[in-house]
Amino acid sequence: MSASSSPEINGSSAVPRLDVDPFAMNFFADPYPTHELLREAGPVVYLDKWNVYGVARYAEVHAVLNDPATFCSSRGVGLSDFKKETPWRPPSLILEADPPAHTRTRSVLSKVLSPTVMKQVRDRFAAAAEERVDALLEKRSFDAITDLAEAYPLSIFPDALGLKPEGREHLIPYASLVFNAFGPPNQLRQDAIARSAPHQAYVTEQCQRDNLAPGGFGACIHARVDDGEITAAEAPLLVRSLLSAGLDTTVNGIGAAVYCLARFPDQWQRLRDDLTLARNAFEEAVRFESPVQTFFRTTTREVELSGARIGEGEKVLMFLAAANRDPRRWDKPDSYDITRRSSGHVGFGSGIHMCVGQLVARLEGEVMLTALAKRIAGIEITGEPKRRFNNTLRGLDSLPVTITPA
Amino acid sequence: MSAITFIHPDGRSDHIETSDGESAMQAATRHGIDGILAECGGNAMCATCHVYVDEAWLARLPAVADDEDALLDGTATERLPNSRLSCQIQLTPALDGLVLRLPERQV
Ligand code: HEM
Ligand code: FES
Repeated sequence: MSASSSPEINGSSAVPRLDVDPFAMNFFADPYPTHELLREAGPVVYLDKWNVYGVARYAEVHAVLNDPATFCSSRGVGLSDFKKETPWRPPSLILEADPPAHTRTRSVLSKVLSPTVMKQVRDRFAAAAEERVDALLEKRSFDAITDLAEAYPLSIFPDALGLKPEGREHLIPYASLVFNAFGPPNQLRQDAIARSAPHQAYVTEQCQRDNLAPGGFGACIHARVDDGEITAAEAPLLVRSLLSAGLDTTVNGIGAAVYCLARFPDQWQRLRDDLTLARNAFEEAVRFESPVQTFFRTTTREVELSGARIGEGEKVLMFLAAANRDPRRWDKPDSYDITRRSSGHVGFGSGIHMCVGQLVARLEGEVMLTALAKRIAGIEITGEPKRRFNNTLRGLDSLPVTITPA
Repeated sequence: MSAITFIHPDGRSDHIETSDGESAMQAATRHGIDGILAECGGNAMCATCHVYVDEAWLARLPAVADDEDALLDGTATERLPNSRLSCQIQLTPALDGLVLRLPERQV
């Protein structure tokens, strides 16, 4: 492990400086010891490698997420400071925005992805999950990432958005690019941006009104232009937010849940005994694996956070995944327990930017886990799981399994 | 400093201190009150922070907004005339002593 704590003290305050790179391959391979080091070093730490502050305890992560006036998003939620560097793409109108601009765009996406809309798509999402399980039962042995965690969201989400059938192969590479780009200028980010042109061209094109089928989430966003809530120039960028954040996240979320349930057969059995636990089994997997590991904020003024002085214009890296396993907040944080009261975790963020697609994610997770638990007696891991490396997302590249029918 | 009371379906009650500016949901989750799930963290998306407001207090709360109204139609237990989402109840000194009853279920 590359992490080592130095006794040095930052000139102005007692912020421990750590020599840790949370965007390095060896960190991604096993982030947990470093998460612990970061949490235990202090409430606020400084990472010399990228010249950023870091928070890894639940209380501080929660505090930063819930003070958007001090810890802003409009200077980018990645390492790059939009005040100093030109963003690699036009900034997101929701994720990378502050109130009052954020309030307006957020209200549009909240309505497009509201509980009422979820009721309308629920049967369709559930039927597709059943069909997926039929196909898996035919195969018996398969890759739980490609054939399940990816195949299921791909079978519903692009249609729900109203995307054309052609070109959908760009979706996952585009999302992976977006999430790599939040990271520092390391190999992952540079390579992703170097290869980005065709994916960006596809996405820009698909976000136009004419390319989105009537009735889909995309068309619903454009319809808000007619009400005057957003301008015609803003609508495509808001569609882009769903293309960026709505697919790869759920792939990793469902992948996380299946990986947990396959590793912890007692939890799988509890789910089989009580299917109403499916929603919480998914939620707990989001806490336990935290498919979105980190986001940054930028300080708008000098601020004191848990005794640490942070100047204006500093980047603060929030370790969502470490907060989700902080023993100060969670009982037995390292166990996956589908009956845990997991709400309050920061896997979907917290406060005004808390995931606006959370209902879509939970719906997909719930109906998929229900369909699996109804028809499958056991899931056995039959080969070495392979990790997929990304600066922000945590998940697997491959998970070979064999299932036994119920 | 103010305080509010949550009454559980079995009659147990929790009396908790609150800070001005937080919502009744935030106060409840901060004190670990079971019975308030608050899946969406107060973003008015989930209706798992449903409460029945004690009749004596009902008129003192601000009116139900449209998004809250729509969500209240989807609560896990029956919507009653005194149903509210606790994340939409901002606590003020005027609400010191507020009494909220918890439903049987939130999902
Ligand atoms: C398990 C799946 C998912 C996870 C773990 C996840 C995680 C997150 C997190 C941590 C944030 C907060 C960002 C911040 O505070 O800066 C966020 C915001 C967001 N998510 Fe998700 N997400 C998921 C699924 C989805 C889906 C399905 C959609 C779209 C349908 C979506 C769209 C968004 C958007 C547009 C934002 C920005 C919201 C804002 O800034 O107000 N996400 N998500
Ligand atoms: S916490 Fe979700 S609606 Fe109140």
